[in-house]
This record gives sequence, C-alpha cells and structure tokens, in this order.
Amino acid sequence: MLGEGILKGLAETARNFAGSFVSKERLTTVEYPEERLPLPEASRNFPFLVYDGPNWEKGLRCVACQICEKECPPKCIYIEKSKDKKPDFVGKPQIYPAKFDIDISVCMSCQICVEVCPFEAIKMDTEFELSTDDRFGGLLLDRKQLARSNEYYHTIHPTEASQVDAKLAEEKAKAEAKAKTDAAAKAKAAADAAAKAAAAPPKAPEGGTGTPTPAAAKPRDTEPKQAAPEKPSDPAKAASQAEPKGEPKTGGD
Amino acid sequence: MKNRDTTSGHALEDWNRPPVFETEGEGELLEVSMGPHHPSTHGVFRMDVALDGERVVKLKPVFGYLHRNHEQIGQSSSYLASMPYTDRLDYFCSLSNNWAYALAVEKLVGQAVPERAEYIRVITAELTRVQNHASAIGFLIQEMGASGTPLMYAFREREKILDLFESLTGSRMMCNYMRFGGCRVDPSPAWLDATRKVVAGLPQFVDEFENLLSGNEILMARTQGVGVLRPELAVNAGITGPMLRGSGVNYDIRKVDHYGIYDRFKFRVPLGDHGDIFDRYMVRILEMRESIKILEQALKEVPAGPIMDPKAKIRGFRPKPGEAYGRIEAPKGELGFYLISDGSPNPYRYRVRPPSLINLTVLEDMCLGHNVADVVLIFGSVDIVLGEVDR
Repeated sequence: MLGEGILKGLAETARNFAGSFVSKERLTTVEYPEERLPLPEASRNFPFLVYDGPNWEKGLRCVACQICEKECPPKCIYIEKSKDKKPDFVGKPQIYPAKFDIDISVCMSCQICVEVCPFEAIKMDTEFELSTDDRFGGLLLDRKQLARSNEYYHTIHPTEASQVDAKLAEEKAKAEAKAKTDAAAKAKAAADAAAKAAAAPPKAPEGGTGTPTPAAAKPRDTEPKQAAPEKPSDPAKAASQAEPKGEPKTGGD
Repeated sequence: MKNRDTTSGHALEDWNRPPVFETEGEGELLEVSMGPHHPSTHGVFRMDVALDGERVVKLKPVFGYLHRNHEQIGQSSSYLASMPYTDRLDYFCSLSNNWAYALAVEKLVGQAVPERAEYIRVITAELTRVQNHASAIGFLIQEMGASGTPLMYAFREREKILDLFESLTGSRMMCNYMRFGGCRVDPSPAWLDATRKVVAGLPQFVDEFENLLSGNEILMARTQGVGVLRPELAVNAGITGPMLRGSGVNYDIRKVDHYGIYDRFKFRVPLGDHGDIFDRYMVRILEMRESIKILEQALKEVPAGPIMDPKAKIRGFRPKPGEAYGRIEAPKGELGFYLISDGSPNPYRYRVRPPSLINLTVLEDMCLGHNVADVVLIFGSVDIVLGEVDR
C-alpha cells in the first residue's frame, strides 16, 4: 500500500513522543543553566598549575623545564625561567617559573602538556564557563590565575590526583633514601663532611604517604648531587629528561 | 539526461572565476552560486551551478574556505604534536583519524601495539563509525526536508557514544586518544560495562531508524535512481568508503589490508547495486549493523594487559630516514597518512589522503542532468566534513 512506510515512520515518532513523557531514556535534554549534568572525571578543558601547601607562589610544582612549552602543538605556553632557585617538594633547589602564561584563546585542550610534564605540575581543569568580554587580556592567564591547589585537583580528578600523590610520595622517599646512602658514602670519604651530612638525613621524615609536604623543608648544600635519582620511573617520561636540547626544530610558530 | 563532456572547453578556466557557459538551444543558462554559507553545505563549501531551467548542466565545486595549513603544521611540529591536529580533520571521527596517524607513525618507527590497545582501538573506531553513519544519514534526511526528527534521533544516539568518549578520553569530539604504541589511558572495567550497555541498545536504535526511514515512500522517491555513480567511474576516480560500496565494488580496507586485528572478527561488507543515493543510505545502515557485530565480538574478548607498549616512546624520537603510509577504513572512506622522515624529530613530509575530498571529485558527474533540488541531496549522500576536505 502506498504510504505504508510513512505511517510506520509516524508510528515510530508517536512512540518516541509519548515515550518522552514516561521514559527517562527517551528524554535526553536538560535545561542547562539551571540543570547541569555531572562532568565525567576524565573531562578536560584548560590546563592549570598545581601547587602544594598554602602559598601558591612557593608551592608551585613547576620547575620551568619548558618541556610543555616545546611540545605544546599550538604554542600557547610562554615560560620565563627565574634567576634564583627555590626548594621543590623533595627539598632540592629548583628553578621556578618567573613567568608562566597560557593563552587559552589559542590552547586546544589537547592535554599534551600534562602528558609530557615530568613533575606532575600541570593538570587539566574542568571549568568551562570562561567567557569574558576582554578577548585579549581576559584569555591570557598568568601563573597566578593558573595556580590551583592540590586539594582542588583532588576535587576535580580524585583518582588521578591520588595516583599522582602516591607517585610523588614514592619519589620523595626514594630521594630521601638516596640522600641517606649518599651521605653515608660521603661520611666514609671525608670526616668533616660526614659530620655535616650525617647530621641532616636522619631528621628528614620517612617517605610520607599523604600529600607531599610543601617545599621549604630543607634547602641544603649537599643537594646538587642528588639531582640524578630524581628521574621519574615512568618510561614515557624518562625520555623527556635528556630531551631539552634534542629538538632544535620545533620552535617554529 | 544529456551527457556532456565536462572536461572540454573550460579546462584552463581560472578556478575562482565564475564559470562561463555557452547557451545551447533557446534561453540562457542561469548561474547559481550555492554556498559557501548555504545551509546544505555542511560548512563552508561552494558549488557554482549552471542551470538550464531546473536542470544542472555544469557544476563546479569550490573548496578551501576552511584551509588551516594542516600539512605544513604537521611538518613543522613533532610527531606527537600532530596527533591533536588530526582530531580536527574529520571532527566527527577523531578516533579514526588518531588511529590512521598512529598507524603511519608506528609503521615508520616499527612500533608494535599491545593486544589490549588493539581491541580498544577497534572498539572506539567502530563506535565512531556507528555515530558517524547515524548522523550522516540524519543530515541527508534533513536535507531532504524532514527537518529535525531523523537527525535528532541520530544525535540522541550519538550523544550516548560521545559520553563514552568523554569519560574515556576527556573530550567528546577532540579525543586525542591514541599514541604511537597504544592508547593514552586504560579504560576501566566500568567504562567497558557502560560500552556494553550502549552497544546492546544500538540494534534497537538502528531498527527504529529503519522503521522511521527505510520504507518511507517519499525517501524512496527522492533517492532511488538519483545521483547514480557508476562503479567504473567510482574506481577510476579513487572513490572509497560507503560511496564505493554503494556502487557495488567490494573494497573495504578492513578486509583488504587486515590492519589492526580486523581478521579476528566476523563481519560482512554490505554492497549496493545501483549506486544511487538510496544504495548509499542503505549501505550505511547495514554498515552500522556490521559495526555493532564487531563491537559485540570485540567487547567479549577484550584481554587484560598493558594499554601502551612499555618500550614505546611518544615523544623525543627521531625515526630513521624512510617513508610510511598508514591507512584505515575511516567511516567516510580510505583515510591515509603518508610520512617521510629525514631523521629529524619532525616529519619531512606529512600528507593526508582525505576520503571526503576525493569522494567529492565525482560530484559533478553525479549531479549532471538532475534538478537543482537533487544537488543538495546528492551532495549530502557523499557524506563529507569540510574540516577534512580543506584541511
């Protein structure tokens, strides 16, 4: 019969129309500003910088290694290294970013900066209502605007954040153990150095399990030797350490 | 239908000048510039159409409005940095694009992929195919004048799949998920269960879609016998994907190349008979059904194990000088990435073989002699995304 197909289709739409009143499955829309769907944990929007402890400026994990700046596909990150050093979470003096700008009007939310960061310093935010009437300055975020506490990171990506914390705690424990053995070796070599070095390590807290204590702990002069073991165990990131001079050609715009 | 030699006469015509036509018989030809902001053009695409009354006598596609220098960017950035850009080629199927690019780089550096990652790649790529075909049909019917309903049905289903993508990769459309030697994150058992649930609901959706559309007399009247693409022309023009199979040529890269782990799954390649719009529509519907079959098999067998090859390097590597061509059966056709390495961290040459652009080349041949209203429909049945056409 001519028109049979049309009637069949109309029956289908009628079923969906009626169904939308009774079945939640068929009514898929929400009224946005009032009603919001929860974001999945993995969701990402723009990067932010993680800091430990109460002070954002002291606690920034970023050491201005500029790997993210190099790897960023649209080149939206701008970093200026500091002249001086500040202690990081294991107490090693590190350079910190004197300037860290991300132009989120250029950023394409690809998460590559997060992947390549060996220091777990940059993570993805889930905030998406970022509209502004200032299309240049309003979308160029400096390090103060980018800084978010580790607690905030825990609220938006809980499982990922705990994994990161565990990893950092492990690294810290390793660095401390290494510091101990180093100090012991030194003690044998030189008596006067031993007196100084042996005094320090036993005082250090033994491999914390929670959030790493905010830096500022112990900037000591024996530290530079311990720089090597800091290398993260993750194979994907292991390559990155030797990297910085490896890519002369990526600098294009 | 009058057949005309389309190549003679204006071969040297400047590409952006409106075409000049001779009049034949009585009356004048009317030149219509459809696009670039025509609602039917899926973006910014222009067709210079010469009409004899309602009948198309010449059609010239003009593209490049969305050109973003993709290949040059690929050549001046590292291998990893091109990965998120591939999402933006065919933004409906970012996971397929990721796979094709990862495949090319893996070929170039000789990188193996772990079992689990292969399965996850198949699952994500087939989900992509289902949602792409559903929305492609939705758009096609939308252009036919059924405003809204079929497209929204398709989008409702697509949204479920995009939710899966978001919870796995972090983004609905710009997934940036695959890496050289595996995938970025390991899907949790909860994600696999959610996927099983969505896949279990897909056959019902396809049935509903078919009830709504397949037997519809208006759809049949508008599509059957319209926009016929002869198999010889399709093969000669290098058409791939559902367009080629709609013309009855049995060519599916999943079957031909056996890339990934596609030989392990049982699925058939649906073929059309007449090469008209209806056949292309039907091939897409049947491909969705076959994809669901692959998904069911893959989800049953997903092995445990690492998602990334532990030895794989995602950044900072310099492939040995050489070349590689990785291609997959993307939802729209053969998507290939051609890479030449000169030993530096950037590819020396980075070239995309986009199915959308190459499938568009036969647009004029399909449209000649049809009414101008059918042009919109024929164009819709090609299923293109301008991000991929213009790159």
